[in-house]
Amino acid sequence: MAPQQRKPHVCRNPDLIRGVGKYSRSKMYHKRGLWAIKAKNGGAFPKHEKQTVAAAPTEKPPKFYPADDVKKPLVNKRKARPTKLRASITPGTVLIILAGRFKGKRVVFLKQLTSGLLLVTGPFKINGVPLRRVNQSYVIATSTKVDISGVNVEKFDDKYFGKKVEKKKKKGEGEFFEAEKAEKNTLPQDKKDDQKSVDAALIQSIEAVPDLKSYLGARFSLKAGMKPHELVF
Amino acid sequence: MPFKRYVEIGRIALVNYGKDYGKLVVIVDVIDQNRALVDAPDMVRGQMNFKRLTLTDIKIDIKRVPNKKTLIAAMEAADVKSKWENSSWGRKLIVQKKRASLNDFDRFKVMLAKIKKAGVVRQELAKLKKETA
Repeated sequence: MAPQQRKPHVCRNPDLIRGVGKYSRSKMYHKRGLWAIKAKNGGAFPKHEKQTVAAAPTEKPPKFYPADDVKKPLVNKRKARPTKLRASITPGTVLIILAGRFKGKRVVFLKQLTSGLLLVTGPFKINGVPLRRVNQSYVIATSTKVDISGVNVEKFDDKYFGKKVEKKKKKGEGEFFEAEKAEKNTLPQDKKDDQKSVDAALIQSIEAVPDLKSYLGARFSLKAGMKPHELVF
Repeated sequence: MPFKRYVEIGRIALVNYGKDYGKLVVIVDVIDQNRALVDAPDMVRGQMNFKRLTLTDIKIDIKRVPNKKTLIAAMEAADVKSKWENSSWGRKLIVQKKRASLNDFDRFKVMLAKIKKAGVVRQELAKLKKETA
C-alpha cells in the first residue's frame, strides 16, 4: 500500500455554543478511552518517572546596568517581497509606458525582477526602447500578447541595471578628469550584445503577427472622444 | 405625424434603463397607465415602467401573458432575432458594442484600414477628376 495519508483528526467534542461542548466529562472519559488505558496498566493510570532536568549553567550578574530603562523595539515579522504583479501582466504582454522619456511607447514585458520592477524591451530595433526596468504603476497592460518562448531572460536581474561602482583612483587632477569623461558615455559592448540576443527571437515572433511591428513602433496617445475609463485595453 | 408604434400585447421593446439595459423584451400585459408586464426568453417575467422601454417596430402574435414555452415558440415563429439584427437600429447597436469592445491593437488596425480606404477613395476621385477636367 502507498504511504497511508492520515485523515485530519475531527474534534471528539464539538462545540454546541462557544464554551459549551456536546459531551459531558464522564462521556468524554469514555470517548477518550481512558478506561482502556487504565485497564491495560492494571487499574491505575500509567506514570512516568520524572526526568531530571540538567542544571542550567549559573548566569553571572551583568557588569553594567543602564541608568534608564532601555526600550526593546517591537518585533517585526514582515518579509520583503516583490510588488504583487497585476493579473493582466504576463510574460509577453504588450505594455504602454505612461511616464519618462519613453512615454506612450508600446513595449514587450519580459519578467518581474526581485525588486518588483518590470523588465521590459522595445524591442530596440522597432521602437528604440532598450532592455529597461519600469515600475508597474506607470504602465497600462494591454490584452495583446507576444510569444516569448524563444527568449532567455535568466541572466537579467537588478544588479545588471545598477550604477557601476568605480574603484577609487589616486587623486591626480587635470588628466584624471578628462580620461574619466571619455569612458563614461558609451554603452559597453556586452550590453549591446545582450539586447541583440533578446530581441532576435522576439522580433521573429512579432513579425509573425500582421501589423504588430508597426503597432509596437507607434506611440499611444489619447485622441478626441476617447474616454480612458471606457476604453478596453 | 400619427403614432406608428403602439403599446400592445406582443410589442417588442428595448430596455433603456436598469439592470436589463439593452435587452429586447416582449410586452405581455399592461398593468396600469405606467407599467407593463414584460417577458423575455432569458429573464424572469416582471413589471417595468414604460419610461424604461423604447418601443420597436417588431410585433409578435401572442395571447395575454403566455407561458415561457409559448412565448419562445412565438418569438421563433416571428423570427424576432434576425429581424432585429437586420434592422438599421439593431445594426447600429451591434456596431456600437463592437467598437466599445475593441482592444488597443484592434483600434490601431482599424486606423490603418481607415487610412488605406481613404487613400484608395482619393485615388479614384483624382482619376475621375482628371477625366472630366
